[in-house]
Amino acid sequence: MRRVVIPVAVLVGLALVPKLSLDLPYVFNGPVSSPGTLQLLALCLVFAGVALTYDLLFGFTGLLSFGHALYFATGVYVADVAMTKWHWDLGPSLALTAGVGLLLPLVLGAVSLRVAGIAFAMVTLAFAQAGSILVGKNPDGLTGGEEGLGLDFHKLPEWMVGVLNTKNLYWLALGYAAVVFVVARWAVESSPGRVWQAIRENELRVEVLGLRPFPFKLGAFVLSSFLATAGGVIYLFLIGGATPQVTTASFTLTLLVMVVIGGTGTTWGAMLGGVLYTYLDHRLGALADSGTVQDLPSVLKTPLSEPLFILGTLFILLVFFLPGGLAALGKGGRPRALRRIERALRQKPAGEGVA
Amino acid sequence: MDTLVLLTITGLGLGAMYFLIASGLSLIYGLMGVLNFAHGAFLTVGAYATWYAETKLTGIGSVPLRFLVSALVGLAVGAVFAALVELVLIRPLYNRHIEQVLVTVGLGLATTALVQAIWGADARTVAVPSWAGDTTTILGAAIPNDRFVEIATAIVVLVGIQAFLRKTRYGLIIRAGVENRAMVTALGIDVRKAFTLVFAIGGLAAALAGVLSGVYFGTVEPARGTSLLIFAFIVVVIGGLGSIGGSAAAAVVVGLVQQYANYYASSGLGDLSVVLLLGIVLLVRPRGLSGAFA
Repeated sequence: MRRVVIPVAVLVGLALVPKLSLDLPYVFNGPVSSPGTLQLLALCLVFAGVALTYDLLFGFTGLLSFGHALYFATGVYVADVAMTKWHWDLGPSLALTAGVGLLLPLVLGAVSLRVAGIAFAMVTLAFAQAGSILVGKNPDGLTGGEEGLGLDFHKLPEWMVGVLNTKNLYWLALGYAAVVFVVARWAVESSPGRVWQAIRENELRVEVLGLRPFPFKLGAFVLSSFLATAGGVIYLFLIGGATPQVTTASFTLTLLVMVVIGGTGTTWGAMLGGVLYTYLDHRLGALADSGTVQDLPSVLKTPLSEPLFILGTLFILLVFFLPGGLAALGKGGRPRALRRIERALRQKPAGEGVA
Repeated sequence: MDTLVLLTITGLGLGAMYFLIASGLSLIYGLMGVLNFAHGAFLTVGAYATWYAETKLTGIGSVPLRFLVSALVGLAVGAVFAALVELVLIRPLYNRHIEQVLVTVGLGLATTALVQAIWGADARTVAVPSWAGDTTTILGAAIPNDRFVEIATAIVVLVGIQAFLRKTRYGLIIRAGVENRAMVTALGIDVRKAFTLVFAIGGLAAALAGVLSGVYFGTVEPARGTSLLIFAFIVVVIGGLGSIGGSAAAAVVVGLVQQYANYYASSGLGDLSVVLLLGIVLLVRPRGLSGAFA
């Protein structure tokens, strides 16, 4: 019962946010229902969903991918190019994005999953890097290269366009996060989901039990990547354009950071990590410009002006003192998921010496 | 012909930098099982220390001497920084590899951001001895002199590391540790000293790559460490994790492929072909060229 009531209550509560006339001074720049705040909250929700898709791979199946950015960027760029450069309508563009979002991870996943552990991480990194280079190279002027590509708003329905309609985008982002949550919950509790966790725990034993791990791992890879692609599309609507930063390896690393902050191998935790990271990333920048920080001596002011410095430092402290992430608050100790993933990563061909 | 010579030597110069980064990465992974994402930060720290020393040592009139002294400062700072990272951040997480990797991820992000906060995101010009910018003509090709410095340095480091690993007691412990760490520990040898040592060596080599990248590009910038690090990862994996010789061979291949493809096919394609090369090598020989382990 609790498992249904709490998520529904949270969902309803979040859905009512644009209707609130509430002002939280320090926490947000304007009233909660102002477009600026809703935009930030919507971003937080998108990344809550995307972080959870990464956790499906990393936390639940034990696959450390350094290429998740590729699938998020697929959503951002394919939809953007189809609408802005090819002047397709919204429907066909979304259909194309969905097709690519399924086919790409199916093919690349099938290739990368031939290897495991660190080698898998490196192959996924390489594919994502290829995508990043392709976007940067700007073939036929399609992707806009370094500058990015603004979205042609005429292709969007009216309810998505304009500052006043930010609340609709907020609800869209909330819907996305909710769908990812439900799908992820359902997936990890379904019987393939149980096999994923078994693979994370001990892949050899899964094989001995007579199951081939490969199709299950590929399933997890495709599902997680497809949901990330969907997140990329929502992000595109929200930001109104594509920037090459979403294709980089650093972007994948931030997803990893989000998941670990929240709690590896937990659904709630990963989402919370996504929200917290995104919020801090944006608000710390504003904090740096505020009078309180500007008045500090430069020894303190300079480091505080870089959100990534603060986030990186916080992350290190968290890994030291709370390796289970926020989800392990109060429990303490090292989470089971991390231990298992570590073993999965260290699985090396027989006869390997390094312990 | 002269284009080919120029491309080859430039490719080798680039490969030299990849090797300097990759050698440390490879040793650290081989011995400790830690994929060090902070390695780009070591490079950045070394490069900025050199640049900073140069701006402060204006008392030394001659540019070559000032550059040399500054480079030594940069190397020392890089090595000490790396050793401190091992002592303070990595050692307490002994035997928790995932956490160690995560810490290096955080450190990489934080260090790059800090450098950017202090000195800005823009590139800073490094004063390099003028002869490094001059050219020497070989087989009709005018080659910038700094390429030879990079290649020579990498060869010296390769020979030096190999000699250290083969001729000294610590080298023996490191080689044995890469082979089978549990056994070395069981024989009563404190492997942890070797951990700090490989970090210091890795930091030194990365700082050296940072100094040389300052000569190669003429500037230092905060993001360079990260962008070179990705190619160094590729070199390490192609060469086989834990193998110095493999890294050297892979660095040469990667540097050359990148230069040739960028020139003969189209610019940007060089990076893509390197990535493709990694994919092929991993799928055909998952353990890398040297077959050590992956």
